[in-house]
This record gives sequence, structure tokens and C-alpha cells, in this order.
Amino acid sequence: MNRSFIARNPSVLIFIVILALFTLGVTVLSEAFGTGFLSTSFVKTLGKTLCLCLVAVAMDLVWGYCGILSLGHFAFFGLGGYMIGMWLMYERTRDIVVGSLAEAPIPPTEQEIVDGIGTQIFGVVGSNEFPVIWAFSDSLLIQLLLVVLVPGLLALVFGWLAFRSRVAGVYLSILTQAMTLALALYLFQNDSGLRGNNGLSGLQNLPGLGGVPQSVVSMWFLWGSAAALGLGYFLSAWVVSGKFGSVVRGIRDNEARVRFLGYSVETYKLVVFTLTACIAGIAGALYYPQAGIINPAEIAPIASIYLAVWVAIGGRGRLYGAVIGAAFVSLVSSWFTGGRAPDIPLGFYTIKWVDWWLVLLGLSFVLVTLFAPRGIGGLVDLWTDRRHPDRHGADLGPDKGSLREREADE
Amino acid sequence: MSTLLEVSGVSVNFDGFQAINNLSFQIGSAEMRAIIGPNGAGKTTFMDIVTGKTRPDEGRIIFGEKSKSLIGMNEARIAREGIGRKFQKPTVFEDQTVQENLLLSLKNQRGPLAVLFYKPTEADLAKVSSLADDIGLGKELLRKSGELSHGQKQWLEIGMLLAQEPRLLLVDEPAAGMTPEEREHTTDILVEAAKTRAVVVVEHDMEFVRRLNCRVTVLHEGSVLAEGSLDHVTADQNVIDVYLGR
Repeated sequence: MNRSFIARNPSVLIFIVILALFTLGVTVLSEAFGTGFLSTSFVKTLGKTLCLCLVAVAMDLVWGYCGILSLGHFAFFGLGGYMIGMWLMYERTRDIVVGSLAEAPIPPTEQEIVDGIGTQIFGVVGSNEFPVIWAFSDSLLIQLLLVVLVPGLLALVFGWLAFRSRVAGVYLSILTQAMTLALALYLFQNDSGLRGNNGLSGLQNLPGLGGVPQSVVSMWFLWGSAAALGLGYFLSAWVVSGKFGSVVRGIRDNEARVRFLGYSVETYKLVVFTLTACIAGIAGALYYPQAGIINPAEIAPIASIYLAVWVAIGGRGRLYGAVIGAAFVSLVSSWFTGGRAPDIPLGFYTIKWVDWWLVLLGLSFVLVTLFAPRGIGGLVDLWTDRRHPDRHGADLGPDKGSLREREADE
Repeated sequence: MSTLLEVSGVSVNFDGFQAINNLSFQIGSAEMRAIIGPNGAGKTTFMDIVTGKTRPDEGRIIFGEKSKSLIGMNEARIAREGIGRKFQKPTVFEDQTVQENLLLSLKNQRGPLAVLFYKPTEADLAKVSSLADDIGLGKELLRKSGELSHGQKQWLEIGMLLAQEPRLLLVDEPAAGMTPEEREHTTDILVEAAKTRAVVVVEHDMEFVRRLNCRVTVLHEGSVLAEGSLDHVTADQNVIDVYLGR
């Protein structure tokens, strides 16, 4: 019982080693530091996938372990992206404005520069004033803090209100959908202060590092994303490994029992919900500079539903399942929708994967839920030979989020 | 013997249905008590009220030497005050081992931070294994509790309650669905527990109640109909009319 954390959880070590080998492999094959076998845009896709894996780990923590089916975690992901995007866009525009004003006969005042940046950034929404929320956009440090604080605070307030009123199960899922929808609709407005449906763009350019080619920048972000995924995975595995994990899994399977044991269920849910929102924010902050653009469509309700689908397909209640699901589905998805998958001519009709991919995804989600609830991660059980409690098919607890027998693990 | 729990003049109304009607009840600090009564008499509602699941419309609930009022506390707070509750159906965490189940219940700090950095001490592990021996699960420590038999789950749940070190134990139909041998073992566990704390058992089965050999409170329509030894209450004409006679 008192062996070291790694010894008790060999899967963490295995995961980190695989992640390190993957990162090394990409580096060796990259354009910037290696043979150039992988194009820069593909390196970016891989880097983004790592960020999606990180947010999937957060989703697994909140859903697979704590039983809260949040369908709003992409809101936190997007908010993290917006926070870092504000700094990137401000500083980048500042470089451009300073450059263009440098040729003027009289050196520009600080106010003229700020006005110039305002016009550049907010011209598209018919304004040139900086909204209040951009107050700290010139400070990298503060915006980095906001990447964690803004999603965390939103989750804290939302979760406090929802959990305190004992909203649970499908009602909570609907509430989180409403939250992400409301946020998306608000951000779509031009006067939201974040450029409405234009979103923030040009995020792939790092301010002050214009001379560094994108092939190098893409590798930096891949390393950063891999490090964040490794740390996030380690942290999540540590959180769920000990007694805290025991309580949290107890809440998933039988909330009332945990409550009558003297644990404040609401507090635990709030801690997990807020922690995962912070992780999602960090993942978003690493994702969007690689994507180059963020707009409110990114946090539409469907995005959070995809997140749940990834985790379900990968296998919930096991962290590597979430990573496998997110990586597998998002890479396959970009292959199918990228037009590279060959069309299937049936004579009377040609299946174009761009149109039919969603149908395929939906179908596989249904099939996995029905026939392989342990998901892709369940394949690991074939050789680790895990034993599962025999419940003759019944769920492992009375609560809606409780594990079903066939997906139980550990 | 000092009074541990005092319920006085409690009433609860569910949308017009008077579930508990001016109920008064007392139990001492080391006493076994059985509560019997026909369906709908308010037995489970009574437990809900004491454990904070249901809020009474009126009345007082006083617990412990310091005479704390339990009204207004939430379930977790009341549990930490020292009231443990066993449900009718065995509710253990099936996905976790017997040891994890017991460690989870062991009396320790319940805050998220303390729990996050918790490491089981030698003393805790020793306590868990001696508890497991007491409930007859000493050899099953590392098994998933979902694999246990129905009776073993019931014992594990009682063990979890004992691990909480409560001063009052509320037990709802502990013998339901058990074999005769299992019942006997359950009786032993409960009688042993009642030597150091108050134990309230809600039970339908008269034979089981007789074996507990304790005072009996008969509930009917949300209030106390009779109280005394089992022989005394079964001889009571009111009790015969509403419950036993049918």
C-alpha cells in the first residue's frame, strides 16, 4: 500500500515513455530539426492533437472518474485560447504599428501607438476603443495567469451554483450545454470585446520572434504541448490514485453513500470541476497558437459533445483511454474530412467521406457504447488480464454516472 | 445512562401526507433499539430526518452531551457529528476493494486537501484489517467488493459504518435477504457494536428482532404506538390491531 506512486501505477510511466518517444520521433522527422519527412502543417496537427488529448484527460477526470457528464468543457478550452490570443494579437499588432509609424517624421507618442493598435484590432467590428477586458493584454505574465484563472473562476461560480442546488445527471449536462452556448452566443456579438465572429487571428506569429520560421515555432509548441500533456496526465493520475480518487469514484457510483460517510460531496465535485476547467484552459492556450485563429464557433455546444464522444470511444474511467480516444478520433477525423480519404463509388451513389464522416463517427459511437463500453482502452485489459467484479450485468452503483459493469476497471 | 439522541415533537408533511406526526424518541449512549411498524409507518422517514436527508417541518432533534441541534445541518456534517447510516440495500463501492472501502470510511479528516495528501498510516491499516476480521472479511481485503456475496456486502457496509466510529448507528433492515447463518453473524456484529454505542435497527422480521433482545419501539402513522420489550409490545392490544393481528 505504501509503495511509490509510480510503482503502484505503472501505466503512468509507460504513458510518459511513449509520449517522450513520440516527441523525439517527431523532432527527428521534422523540417526544422530533422529529415523533413513531416511537413510543418502536419507537425502542427500533431501538436494540436496533443492539446486535445490533454483536454480529454480533463474530461475523463470529471466524467469518467467523478461521474459528472459535463458538456461544457470546451468553453473552458476556448477561454484559455482567448486569453493567450489577446496577448499574441496585441503584441503582434503593436510590432506592426510601431514599424509603420517609425517612418513618420515625428516619433509617435505612446497614446498614438495604442490608438493605432486599437484601430487595427477593432476596425473589423467598427470600433477603435480597447474594451476593459483588454486591460492586461500587454502583459504576457498576467494573460498567462488568466489562462488558468478565467476558466477556473467560471467553473467555480457555475459549479458552486449547480452542485449546491444538487443538480446532477442529465440536468447538469443540459446546464453545461447552456453555459457553453450562452458563452458562444455572447462572444459572437461584436460588442463582446473579442471581435465577435471574426475571433482572434494571426496567433501563429509570436511577437518579437518574426525571424523564426514557422517550422521551428511549430516544434516549440509541439514540445510545449507534449510537456503539458505529460504533466497533466501525471497530475490527474496522482489525483485519482489515492484516497481522493477513492472518494471521487465513490461519488460517481454512489453519491449518497459518500455523503453519509461524512464527505461533502458538493465540495469534491467543485474541486474536480474547477481543476479540470483549469487544465482545459491550459490545453486551449497551447492549441490556438498552433491553429492560428480562434473564434466563437470553437466553443459551440457540439465541440464539448465531441469531447465526450472521444472519451467514450477511448474508454472512460482510465486516463490513457481518454488520450487514445482523442488522438485516434481527431486524427482519423482530420484524415476523412481533409479530403484524403478515397471516395467509395457505389455505382448509383458515391460516398464522399467529407459528408459521411460524421455519420460514421456517430455510428461508431453508438456501436462502442452498446458493444464495447470499455472503448479502445479496453483492449489493454486483454493482456493485463484485469479482473472485474461480477455483477451479472448491473451497474456498479445507483447513480446515473456510475460505471457499468462492462467498463469497470482497476 | 445519558441520553444521546433526543427527538421531540417532530412532524413532516409530504404534500399533504403526514409521514411523521409529532414523533418523540430517545436513545441512550450505549443501547440497542429496534424499530418496527407496518409499511408507511414512517420508519425510513425517521432515519431520513435524523441523518439530515429530510428536513422536519417542526420539532427538535438534539444530539450528544453538548446538546447540539441537528436541524439545518447537511448529511455530511451530521455524519461527522457521529451518526452512521446503513441503507436497506447494501451500498458499498463495488468498483473498489474491501480495503479501499474501509479506508474511505475510517474516521479521519474529510476535507479535500487532507484527503488528497492522505497516506494510510500503519495504524490505519491495522485498524482496517482488524475491522475486516470482525466482520468476517479478513481474507477478502484485496478483493473488489462487487465480487462479494450479498451477505458479505451487508457486513462490509456495517464495517464501513463502524470504521466511521459513530456514536449512533442507524441500520435499515440489515438481515434482508440473508441466510440463517448470515443472520446470526449479523446479530453478533450488531450486539457487539451496541456495547459501546447506540444502535437503532429498523426491521420487519420479528424473529431477528427477538434475537437482538432489546427494547422495541413500534411506529404507526408517523408516531410512537408502543415501546418496551418485544413481549410487552406484542401483547399490546393497539399493536396487535394495527400490525400483528393482520
